[in-house]
Amino acid sequence: MKFGIVVNEGPYTHQASDSAYNFVKAALAKGHEVSRVFFYHDGVNVGTRLTIPPQDDRQIQEQWSALAKEHELDLVICIAAAQRRGLLDENEAKRQGKDADNIAEGFRISGLGQLIEMGIEADRTITFGD
Amino acid sequence: MSDDEVKKFLYVNRKAPYGTIYAQESLEVVLIGAAFDQDVAMAFLDDGVFQLTKGQDTKGTGLKNFSPTYRALGDYEVTKLYVEQESLDERGLTLDDLQDIQYEDEDDDYAEKPSIIVVSRDQMASLMAEQDVILSF
Repeated sequence: MKFGIVVNEGPYTHQASDSAYNFVKAALAKGHEVSRVFFYHDGVNVGTRLTIPPQDDRQIQEQWSALAKEHELDLVICIAAAQRRGLLDENEAKRQGKDADNIAEGFRISGLGQLIEMGIEADRTITFGD
Repeated sequence: MSDDEVKKFLYVNRKAPYGTIYAQESLEVVLIGAAFDQDVAMAFLDDGVFQLTKGQDTKGTGLKNFSPTYRALGDYEVTKLYVEQESLDERGLTLDDLQDIQYEDEDDDYAEKPSIIVVSRDQMASLMAEQDVILSF
């Protein structure tokens, strides 16, 4: 089965991104395909490389980046939601005249069309939210 | 699936229009999604029914009043806005408290028709069961 995943809540405050991560890992282990993970609302905050959680806690962004690398996952951060919340890649930072960027490895910024496209192409779209 | 297959998308709105950003960012998805020519509908339940109320006034909050956007949905061919009766009842609202939202039916000489369809909780459950993709906000 081909899954599309939506993550609608930010890391640590909500469990949604943890649950999504565990689901994706389990689905891949069972031989399913995950066509894309789309981060929306505060979910975009999963994709900043500047988080420093306590050492004895899970490192949510690093977990996602590692999983993306291992399975060539497409981790997409919504650009409109990202701009509101201060998530920028190098190109966007340059284009908007900002002095820094913060997107983590394995994530990319793109538009809401990617969410709809994912819904069309996946057999099942699963939302992890509040 | 083939490239030209149309899927049934339902955007489920459960939260009040202000206080959190869900309603506003849900609308952004709906407007972008309109370009994909899918079979689209929106559902309003729980506090989500407040999103469609008329007379919204955000002056003094600093928040943008995006409620006029709902009346423009017809131009994006989003013409089915399902509102749950029980959610209205539980909040002391009636259809008269909601904006008059219409669309032009191109199959009927562009006659103006109401976009809001009030359904029972049972009907809402059946509606959800018929969908291919549900995005919940």
